[in-house]
Amino acid sequence: MALMRVTSPHAHNRQTTGQVMQLVLLATLPGVLALTFAFGWGTLVNILLAVIFAIALEASALKLRKRPIKFYLNDYTAIVTAVLLAIALPPYSSWWIILVGIFFSIIVAKQLYGGLGYNPFNPAMVGYVALLISFPVAMTSWPAPIYLTPDELSIPNPINALLIALTIIEQPIIDGFTMATPLDLVRQNDALMIEDLINEYPQFGRWSGYGWEWVNLGFLVGGIFLLQRKIFTWHTPVSMLLAILIMSALFYDGGSSASAGSPLFHLLGGATMFGAWFIATDPVSSAASNKGRVIYGAGIGLLTFIIRKWGNYPDAVAFAVLLMNFSAPLIDHYTQTKPYGHNTQKKS
Amino acid sequence: MTNYADITRNGLWDNNPALVQLLGLCPLLGVSNSVVNSIGLGLATIFVLVASNTFVSIIKNVTPAAIRLPTFVMIIAAAVTCIELLMQAYTYELYEILGIFLPLITTNCLILGRADGFACKNTVGASIYDGLMMGIGFALALYLLGAMRELIGTGALFANMDLLFGAAAIDWKITFYADYPQFLLAILPPGAFILTGLIIAGKNYIDNQIKKRNETRTDDAEKISKRVRVTGKID
Repeated sequence: MALMRVTSPHAHNRQTTGQVMQLVLLATLPGVLALTFAFGWGTLVNILLAVIFAIALEASALKLRKRPIKFYLNDYTAIVTAVLLAIALPPYSSWWIILVGIFFSIIVAKQLYGGLGYNPFNPAMVGYVALLISFPVAMTSWPAPIYLTPDELSIPNPINALLIALTIIEQPIIDGFTMATPLDLVRQNDALMIEDLINEYPQFGRWSGYGWEWVNLGFLVGGIFLLQRKIFTWHTPVSMLLAILIMSALFYDGGSSASAGSPLFHLLGGATMFGAWFIATDPVSSAASNKGRVIYGAGIGLLTFIIRKWGNYPDAVAFAVLLMNFSAPLIDHYTQTKPYGHNTQKKS
Repeated sequence: MTNYADITRNGLWDNNPALVQLLGLCPLLGVSNSVVNSIGLGLATIFVLVASNTFVSIIKNVTPAAIRLPTFVMIIAAAVTCIELLMQAYTYELYEILGIFLPLITTNCLILGRADGFACKNTVGASIYDGLMMGIGFALALYLLGAMRELIGTGALFANMDLLFGAAAIDWKITFYADYPQFLLAILPPGAFILTGLIIAGKNYIDNQIKKRNETRTDDAEKISKRVRVTGKID
């Protein structure tokens, strides 16, 4: 018997919420960099504006609720929400879109429910869905990847990107600056072979959408970093990705665009990785036990694929996450862990 | 017994059917996406409430208690049919827009609630007045919600008023911001829920302020007129 002999102290250095949130911010870096390389400076401008709005709105909400402002701002949760929402928004969004989104995230979804830890829904996704329902046109026009933008259109430099977001200069709304995303293309075409689709539209890359695959790989790297630092357990993201993998493999018919595309296309397309590692893992709005998290994650994956293939929207992570947020209390009710020694009611 | 000031206060504020009793939420949330819709439905509801309260009160002494609810529903349905035919005749487009919500007034709990809770216990005059006040309270809440949703949703107010008030009202529309992007959430059902919640919160806030002010007043009065006997510990 070789029992590990660990001497005291057994209590480890406790991580504060602020430290955890800073790690999450750090982990978004690879994905954000990939987004910036693929789609230009818009994402960084989104993040800048969103963080400013989030701090201002959080501080004013805390002041109205007579809570300590500095204490709650130091936990970085408002900033994380802002960054996650900014990543989800199309680059070069106007400032008022970001402001409305942050308002719904911070004020409606978080502070009205009682602040950090009391929100039944993921704040960033509430903001995103409120925007998607309210401004469908602005929210679904993604800029084309830089690589595909015609030469005669110049890519906005950082200053111009900021001016576009502040609506001081017009966004060049010309065909070519915004393009349908690969998920859109697969959804809207059903009379071609996937091969033809890929040959016809340059938006497709090696495995999935051009640029999108690197964005997703970036978020995968960030997510695995967080997993290694034990910020969350593997249950939610892995079961969500598995559900998407199984569903897309089941409904992939080998090459016609009437099916929804290959499993790899779905795993590395759209918001899959971002949703799996950064949205679904939100500890407040997800299920509590490990068994519950498996069900919760699988539900998100399942709903994501169902809405992508049969629903009205090209991508569905936000809706899937919100729908499973609704069911998290129910899942918790049925997957409550029994305390050790209390498991006396055996099945007969 | 019947205090008309109390009835007014109850209907319009203290016991407002939409904001306190939360009755009739289905039409309240369903058709309040513009001012013209909410005025139309508000007027129809006032008419039905007054008519049903009147007749319920008239026949209250000859209605057996066991079958009173079916009787009330028959009366309400008759009143609803009247207003439906009237709107069909005079404001056909609005009738088309309000659609199923007009016949649904029959099932509005507010009307049955007033019939059973007030009209069948009170005199005809008081019942008519109660129906009027409750109806106006409901219509005002509906109107406020409709105005907020139209303003936030489209950036304008009083659009399409000609549907209700004839050709003279065609240019009543006030546009506050020309290039306003439609804020669809306010026009869709979730916006109605969120804004209703905010209106109720606002009403509760005003009530609390009033209560606080009254308390400080009575406190001052008590300090002057009464000696306070202290039995407990003073902090």
